[in-house]
Amino acid sequence: MRDHWEIRFGGTGGQGLITAGVILAEAAIIDGKNAVQSQSYGPESRGGSSKAEVMIANDSIDYMKVLAADVLLVMSPEAAKKYCPEVKDDAVVIIDSTYVKDEQPVKGNVYRVNISLLAKQEVGREVVANIVALGVLVGLTKVVSWDALVQAVLARVPKGTEEMNKKALQVGLDAVKGLIDAA
Amino acid sequence: MSVTSLKAKLMQGNQACAEGAIYAGASFYAGYPITPSTEIAEILSERLPQVGGRFIQMEDEIASMAAVIGASVTGAKAMTATSGPGFSLKQENIGHAMITEVPCVIANVMRLGPSTGGPTSPAQGDVMQARWGTHGDHPVITLCPNSVQECFELTVKAFNMAERFRTPVFIMFDEIIGHMRERVVLPEPGQIPVVNRKKPEVGPESYKAYEPVDETLVPPMASFGDGYRYHVTGLTHDETGFATTKPEKMAAHLQRLHDKINNFLPEVVDYEEQSIEDAEVVLLAYGSVARAASRAVKDARAAGLKVGLIRPITLWPFPGEAVKKAAAKAKAVIVAEMNLGQIINEVRVAVEGQAPVYGVLRADGEPISPTEILAKIKEVL
Repeated sequence: MRDHWEIRFGGTGGQGLITAGVILAEAAIIDGKNAVQSQSYGPESRGGSSKAEVMIANDSIDYMKVLAADVLLVMSPEAAKKYCPEVKDDAVVIIDSTYVKDEQPVKGNVYRVNISLLAKQEVGREVVANIVALGVLVGLTKVVSWDALVQAVLARVPKGTEEMNKKALQVGLDAVKGLIDAA
Repeated sequence: MSVTSLKAKLMQGNQACAEGAIYAGASFYAGYPITPSTEIAEILSERLPQVGGRFIQMEDEIASMAAVIGASVTGAKAMTATSGPGFSLKQENIGHAMITEVPCVIANVMRLGPSTGGPTSPAQGDVMQARWGTHGDHPVITLCPNSVQECFELTVKAFNMAERFRTPVFIMFDEIIGHMRERVVLPEPGQIPVVNRKKPEVGPESYKAYEPVDETLVPPMASFGDGYRYHVTGLTHDETGFATTKPEKMAAHLQRLHDKINNFLPEVVDYEEQSIEDAEVVLLAYGSVARAASRAVKDARAAGLKVGLIRPITLWPFPGEAVKKAAAKAKAVIVAEMNLGQIINEVRVAVEGQAPVYGVLRADGEPISPTEILAKIKEVL
């Protein structure tokens, strides 16, 4: 188990990646760890490129930005092209195959999951793709405990959407369950 | 946004600034929202009414600064927050607050400039503007946090210094620090001292608004509405508050504005040192860049290189003595900042030619990484 995680989410503004980063950092705090979340985004509220980064560690965290990712989630072709080369050799790389069709020349262990499509078809709304992605990510990496993740999601989402978001997490976890068991 | 619980939690820099203001006893905010500082306004619009304070969204930044001065003159602890374009607009009224000695706090969450520049892009291009943005000779206190915890603590300190020295105090974040979320442990009430301005001990009939009564050289400040009548003017004035053109009075006024801060530099100047004792290369960085520099120091030490870091916590007054002392034993000094060379000139002045000074300078909206700093260290050694 790593004691220092550099996690990067890349995609398009509006996909909820910064929210996903905040939730993951909050889950780490619930687990009693140290966490820093930072972001970079364009001036547009939707459609520009968006990046969220989360550092999780048992001790203090100096630099708050990812140098080489231990975990990468990409949800747009542009983000895949830009960030896939900047990962560690043993990184977990999660690619939303709904939007990223081209093969990427990547290092690390690559998992292609139809994240946005699953959100739409299995949960009923694509807007929860970020939560499905968190289910996938934590399912694969166990970087935070599942209980802390559920707690952090429920604390952050709008009232009345709790069940939908819980389902989204489960859909994400189920999507990679076979992969984890096989590994 | 959940803002009620005061224990260990994940908090954004801007939110920590807003909570620090509440902790320090702020009761007034006037501002015009601007990225990347908007959360400070947003949160205080909710929090100030909860503690009996007032929040006003003004028509622009100029009026915001004027309202802050007005509120403070009535006795309120007042602040505003902005970014570069708004900081430019506020400068004239900031000068007014300096010459009229009105305590207030101005947070500037720096983005890439000049002008509208890059609204969401981190930068540190306003640090000389903090020093000399308003015209005329004036001392300046400017604090610069490098963590969310410090966003809270230095906002409290900014209010304390504003009250202690009767002067505007700047707290300058870069966009990364303002928008970053990090684990913080907020202090209980009373854990950090809260300073309040000195009030007059004499009655209204013998009160002279700008007459210092002790060695602090800071005149006691009556609140408008308390029955003390005095003149508040941006013109150079004597101890009564009325304008004067007598050279000796003008000189004394300006000198006192400087002395009230410069006579107490040990109380004001703050900085942090890391591995500086035997450093052959001295790094200097502030704000988010100091985090990259701190990592670079650790990486360099792990590689057997003697590297240390000075992190100014007060950018102004600048901790020049510490820089001078460290430079005396160094082979090189490296300044990393997200601009094309601002504090580096202050460092050159402090170093006094004892060692060559190099820059890791960047103004493209991207953060400076530990890797870039480490590469420069290896280049100059």
